[in-house]
Amino acid sequence: MLDWQFGALLLSNGVLIGLMYSLIALGFVLVYKATDAFNFAQGEFVMFSGLLVAVGLGRYGAPLWLAVGAALLLMAAFGFGLERVVLRPMIGRPVIGVIMATIGLAAVLRGFGPLVWGAATKALPLPIPDAPIVLGPLLIPPIQVVGAATSLVFLAAFGWFFLRSRAGIAMRAVADSQQVAMAMGIDVERYFAIAWAMTGVVSALGGVVWGNLLGVDVQLSLVGLKVFPVVILGGMDSVPGAVVGGLIVGVVENVAAGYLDPYVGGGTKDFAPYLLMIAALMIRPYGIFGKEIIERV
Amino acid sequence: MIHRECGILKTSYEADMALYPLPIARWTVGVIAALMFLALPLAVGEYYLSLVNLISIAVVGAIGLNILTGVAGQISVGHGAFMSVGAYTAANLAVRLHAPFWVALPLGGLVAAAVGAVIGIPSLRIKGLYLAIATLAGQFIIEWTINHVTWISGGVQASIEVPRPRLFGVAIASQRAMYFFLLVVVVVAIVAALNLMRGRVGRAFVAIRDQDIAAEIIGIDIFRYKLLAFAISSFYAGVTGVLYTYYLGVANYEQFQIGTSIDYLAMIIIGGLGSVLGAIFGAVFVTLMPIVLRYATETVGHLMFAPSDVANVTTNLRLIFFGGLIILFLVVEPEGLERLWRNVRNYFRVWPFAY
Repeated sequence: MLDWQFGALLLSNGVLIGLMYSLIALGFVLVYKATDAFNFAQGEFVMFSGLLVAVGLGRYGAPLWLAVGAALLLMAAFGFGLERVVLRPMIGRPVIGVIMATIGLAAVLRGFGPLVWGAATKALPLPIPDAPIVLGPLLIPPIQVVGAATSLVFLAAFGWFFLRSRAGIAMRAVADSQQVAMAMGIDVERYFAIAWAMTGVVSALGGVVWGNLLGVDVQLSLVGLKVFPVVILGGMDSVPGAVVGGLIVGVVENVAAGYLDPYVGGGTKDFAPYLLMIAALMIRPYGIFGKEIIERV
Repeated sequence: MIHRECGILKTSYEADMALYPLPIARWTVGVIAALMFLALPLAVGEYYLSLVNLISIAVVGAIGLNILTGVAGQISVGHGAFMSVGAYTAANLAVRLHAPFWVALPLGGLVAAAVGAVIGIPSLRIKGLYLAIATLAGQFIIEWTINHVTWISGGVQASIEVPRPRLFGVAIASQRAMYFFLLVVVVVAIVAALNLMRGRVGRAFVAIRDQDIAAEIIGIDIFRYKLLAFAISSFYAGVTGVLYTYYLGVANYEQFQIGTSIDYLAMIIIGGLGSVLGAIFGAVFVTLMPIVLRYATETVGHLMFAPSDVANVTTNLRLIFFGGLIILFLVVEPEGLERLWRNVRNYFRVWPFAY
């Protein structure tokens, strides 16, 4: 294969995978933007909802629309309940409280799925052909196109939601200052719950797409580790940032893996985004599109 | 025991900050020391001593992390990696240079401290979540480096066998010998941490934790103290890594992955942030929990599950309990076991009177 073809292949793959990362990062951004909390269990959300769909399809023989619909509903309800039980008491506590609460949640989700449905990897079949689409030198797996398209649709929808809709504007107000929002008559707790429920829905979609691509088991939650570089690069409170961050991470990890892996013996894919992230943290910690926080005593 | 605070009037800050706040504390410490040095090793067998040894090692690491996260308020999700730095330093020193144990132990700590301070540099600009993520990145980068640089990791399995430690010409081979040695290390770690916390450095850490801009304004050199916090904490972590290595007889990076970092964070959350006693409680709790759980599921489990499922149930139950307990403590008792202990003590302080 020619050099430029190899490069183009890596690039196109990176873009599509990157957009799929954006979908997961979107769930993270959503919660951070609305509630100032961050979800270290994002990957586990994805894994768990993928598991719900796979079990619905495989064990109960439900049709696809039912399995996905049920997973969306369950994850929304789960997000809603989670906010009520776990995250509300964390309001006003030191940062480590929320971090550890979501890390604890991650452990619970990791244990719960395999405990109930077994640890074996489950398939999550979608009615999408396996054969790659050939576009000149490019080989594009259809599932990645579907994933990227889903991601773009939802990113656009959430962009609109935050900019235009009443609920979205209320959420931004809550994120900006909970006290002022309360004084303006916004039901802060309600919007917190809505934000978590929305994260549940987005994660469920991520779970379907990624579950199809990788198969569903505990390892699927490792996708969540890619969320951190994405949101740090793009800015944790920015929907466009999630897209750009996702693209950067997707392209960098694919290109780095393609060109460097033979020299260093593998693993570049997991390593390069983090290196990039460290650099971003040093230079521009609030990300490309993020809001700079000015601290006062 | 009752009315032990009667007639003790502290008239100076020195008295208030003393290591032994009450005269009776000397007796308590004496009794605990007698129990730990004499009664326990005589009373229990090798297996239980090996558990105590695991706890002792965890105590050192938890105290270290508590200095950083609990006292200085800087979150680290990379402590597992700092431990691996200590572990591989010691293992390489022991195998290549035949360095004796008493050289490898502090050197492992020092190298880990240097690495920790470097990973801590971002803490000058970022904090909270961003710092957590930066240290997470540190964890992955260190893990990757150790795994991929064979000069450090010693080959395919990324594990190095170390010889049994020798002190004063005697090999520490049995769990009992290990126990006494670890106990001494733990005592040193505890006393050092207690003194650090009540001294100038500790107060600077607390000021930074509570409000770092304000701390800077009252003249605390934030740059120095944040890095110092990372260095001290990583020194503890490095020593923990060395101890693990000698305990297991092999340095392997799989012992020190992200899960380990989270275990230690769980220890200080469950035990209580910012206190040495909390770190000890947390280390005991988190180390023993999976062992008790495994024992319980292996005894009761076969009644409910097929034998082939028991292992699966055990690992996953462990995760659920572990995560659930972290959440439970955060929601119900954010100050951890140490606070529960204080509640009990305060209750008995004036018992049997109402107040």
